[in-house]
Amino acid sequence: MNEVAYIDRPNRPLYFYAILYLAFLYIPVLFLPLFSFNDNIYIAFPLKGFTTQWYVTMFNDQPMWAALNNSLRVACVSSAIATLLGLFGAKAVTRYRIPGVKPIIFVIMLPMVVPLIIMGVALLILVTRLGFNLSLYTIAMAHVLISVPFAMATLMSRFEGFDPSMEEASSDLGAGPWSTFWRVTLPMVAPGVLASFLLCFTISFDEFIMAFFLGGTDPTLPIFIWGQLRFPQRLPGVLALGSLILVISFVLVFFSLWLRRLGVEDTKSGI
Amino acid sequence: MTNNDSFVSLVDVSKHFGSVVAVDHLSFTIDSGEFFSLLGPSGCGKTTVLRMLGGFESPTTGEIYVDSAPMSEVPPHHRPTNMVFQNYAIFPHLNVRANIAYGLRYDKIEKAEVTRRVEEALEMVKLPGFGERRSNELSGGQRQRVALARALIKRPKVLLLDEPLGALDKKLREEMQLELRALQESVGITFIFVTHDQEEALTLSTRIAVMARGKALQVASPKDLYNRPVSVEVADFIGQMNFVEAQVIDVRNGEAVLDTGGLGKITAPANSDFVHKDAAIIVAIRPEKLLLSAERWPESQAAVQGTLKTSAYLGDRNYFYVSVDGCEKPLAVAATEAEVSGEQPLDHESTVWLSWADNALILLPRD
Repeated sequence: MNEVAYIDRPNRPLYFYAILYLAFLYIPVLFLPLFSFNDNIYIAFPLKGFTTQWYVTMFNDQPMWAALNNSLRVACVSSAIATLLGLFGAKAVTRYRIPGVKPIIFVIMLPMVVPLIIMGVALLILVTRLGFNLSLYTIAMAHVLISVPFAMATLMSRFEGFDPSMEEASSDLGAGPWSTFWRVTLPMVAPGVLASFLLCFTISFDEFIMAFFLGGTDPTLPIFIWGQLRFPQRLPGVLALGSLILVISFVLVFFSLWLRRLGVEDTKSGI
Repeated sequence: MTNNDSFVSLVDVSKHFGSVVAVDHLSFTIDSGEFFSLLGPSGCGKTTVLRMLGGFESPTTGEIYVDSAPMSEVPPHHRPTNMVFQNYAIFPHLNVRANIAYGLRYDKIEKAEVTRRVEEALEMVKLPGFGERRSNELSGGQRQRVALARALIKRPKVLLLDEPLGALDKKLREEMQLELRALQESVGITFIFVTHDQEEALTLSTRIAVMARGKALQVASPKDLYNRPVSVEVADFIGQMNFVEAQVIDVRNGEAVLDTGGLGKITAPANSDFVHKDAAIIVAIRPEKLLLSAERWPESQAAVQGTLKTSAYLGDRNYFYVSVDGCEKPLAVAATEAEVSGEQPLDHESTVWLSWADNALILLPRD
């Protein structure tokens, strides 16, 4: 007799499939750090030798630092605004009796599925017709637009996970609407706010299409990297930069997922 | 202070949610210092009434007065009421001490006084030394105590309790019932208590409003509710009751002569207007007011013969179900262990006699 439960029995083809799938997913990405340490200007096998010179060139690349600076500024501003909008939006749709709330949520979530290229063209037409100059500001505005649905989704699940009677209890005890917001609502959704900020940040940070259409003379990092691809001798530096970004974004995403889970457990035990 | 007779009053209050009528032209008054219960099945509107008192819902029509002041324009944070929520709503990001002190900030009280009152409140709900705990480190009963302390420390005119004992197990619930009653008597605050548990309402309350379909069917003391229900619905909801259809043959000297199919021709005290000649009514009698015996009791008493169908043993008492010719349902008879033990055991399908005193009969209008 087989002692192992049916669901736990080993399945060789499935193991094989899983390994193949993971390889397909991650091997291309792993080439980045691999070649960033390779002592050869051309991206080709066989590997020549270990070097950190590409990292040194990268650190001395002033335009790259300028682009990184631009990207960080755009990402910080756009994710802060998107999270703030998401916070109020999520509170509104989860807490108040709003007629037609389903269509409203649908419309808010729509930018998630509209192709970015369409949105980019549309925004470009709008912005130039309105007479704005293309700049980091226009990129940031576009990034707010595309990250709000993600902020809403993150924060709505946070609001739905916490009992509205907490806010009622606060007002029952004498707190006005603002006081309730600061003393109960915000502390309870805080992990969601941070998770939303990090998510929007990563969306903005590696966004290309909007930055391409709506950017002025100051490039964001993705645009800068794309520009570098035309010069083969610059490529290893880009690989070094890419490897660094890879590590940082992995850390950020894991941190935000961890925050989200931490928050959920907190509210569950709190009820 | 004004008229003590109507400390809290609801005047023709209705609440509609879209097309649903949750509360339907409800009016009653509550005295100062009462332990008043709103009792009814889920969906009867009792929680909506409580939430309107707390200010979380506003009445569609009508007005609520607390201590003579109309409440409809007063937001929850300015009302002289405090609430113990069904799930207690203890703030999970604050410890017990901060939870209890939460509302005192708005009363402009000195820091030293806040500390003193929080300690006092912890003492009162028997949780001294729990100040630093978080809500996830408390049991259900302890959370309930924190919620009570947090509301009572505000010294409200009225304390609203939304099924606060519902989540506790039976033993703890009975313990908390006694404590709650003692607490209410010691603080002297008017309690308005929502429950669907009729036993709980009878145990705790000075008066009870029995609700159904957004209306108050009867507002009375537990004793009156049990002994003098005004309708079949109330009688059926509070405890167990036998119902028999009857026709009034005659009314004289406060006595009604009734023709009931199963119980034959009987007499009962006629205490209401609807009991008049030729009226179709319902006769109700509690299971414990019926006496079961193998032989017929002395002639003077009203009695009827029946067949014992089944019995149920409940520890402190027995229920016997006796079918009587002409009665739709078998009649339930309750007897305590002591009452039964003297008799020789009765077999099922054996012929038995049921007897009762005329004043144990309750006459109710037919719906």
